[in-house]
Amino acid sequence: MAEIQGGGGGGHKKGGKVRSKKTSTRIDMTPMVDLAFLLLTFFILTTTLSKPQTMEITMPEKLKKEDVQTEVNEKKVLTCVLGSDDKVYWYIGITEPQAKKADFSKDGIRKVLLQKNAEIREMIVLIKASDESKYKNMVDILDEMTICNIKRYAIVDITSADKDIVKEASQI
Amino acid sequence: MSKVKMHRSTPSIDMTPMVDLAFLLVTFFMLTATATPDEPVQVSIPSSVSDIPIPERDMITIGISKDNKVFFNVDGQFTRAEMLRNIGQAYNISFTPEEEHDFAVMASFGIPIGSLKEFLSMPREQRKELVQPGIPCDSLHNELGDWVNQARIASRNRARIAIKGDGDATYPVVKKVINTFLDRKVNRFNLITGDEKAPAEMAPKKSS
Repeated sequence: MAEIQGGGGGGHKKGGKVRSKKTSTRIDMTPMVDLAFLLLTFFILTTTLSKPQTMEITMPEKLKKEDVQTEVNEKKVLTCVLGSDDKVYWYIGITEPQAKKADFSKDGIRKVLLQKNAEIREMIVLIKASDESKYKNMVDILDEMTICNIKRYAIVDITSADKDIVKEASQI
Repeated sequence: MSKVKMHRSTPSIDMTPMVDLAFLLVTFFMLTATATPDEPVQVSIPSSVSDIPIPERDMITIGISKDNKVFFNVDGQFTRAEMLRNIGQAYNISFTPEEEHDFAVMASFGIPIGSLKEFLSMPREQRKELVQPGIPCDSLHNELGDWVNQARIASRNRARIAIKGDGDATYPVVKKVINTFLDRKVNRFNLITGDEKAPAEMAPKKSS
């Protein structure tokens, strides 16, 4: 319906005066505006507003045989074992550890980490992900490290002893 | 010219400002929109409070899908073409220029090197349909490591490495990927995560 409203092009004479009637150059812009809004809607709907972020992680180099590992006081070590079903088991020390179950909610592992971080000076957190844990759990626990401002943590392989501890704790 | 002059005032509003604004917005969205290439799998990334933006270029992205398949992607067409050439040399496969071009404009892929040539010779629609098996990254047969190596060489060591994993991917496959990195002395890498609001108890960052 793009029409140019000419306003009656043929100028009719009246009273002898020659009056060249100005044709108004008004174009119906409705289709153009329609299209503009269509495009606008399309682009608004297709743009993704939140760009993904990234977290940086640095892993230690793989140990060579001749490397000597530094020893730390076991009382300063908190181990988090990531288990199945979004659960995390944590304990302090290595000798006869008492594993407790927690989850990734606000009052879960974060409370523990904040509390222990205040209690223990230079706390070291070992993150051990079991085979049943999800990638999401790993990201979550790394996130908790950032949130609780824990500087010293490491992702290490799970041992069979850890698996037993978790098995025991999960039955409670 | 009607005789009865019932001058009906048409209820028309001046829409010029609105249209102006609409066009402004259209232009804005058009310019900011980036065409995302088709990904072979949908990956729903977990969220974190981290707020480091992803570099726009020179990224090696390792995708891990929900069903634990590994995908590989690197930015930059020239990097990709060079990488493919080098990989082809290492594995004694020669790619035609067309295949190279197709590969350069492709998104991430999860095809073992052995069947890559076959995959590239397929028509585009068929490629989209195909369920990609993922890149092998076992310790015995680790093609992912070769891809990472070649991508780093092709990008003149500028590339940063990131893992874009699905939240539901299980840890063993993540571990395999990380071990692949560590074996190649890549100790720093990124995890791509979504946005999340930082909780109130988060310790304030030190501005040092």
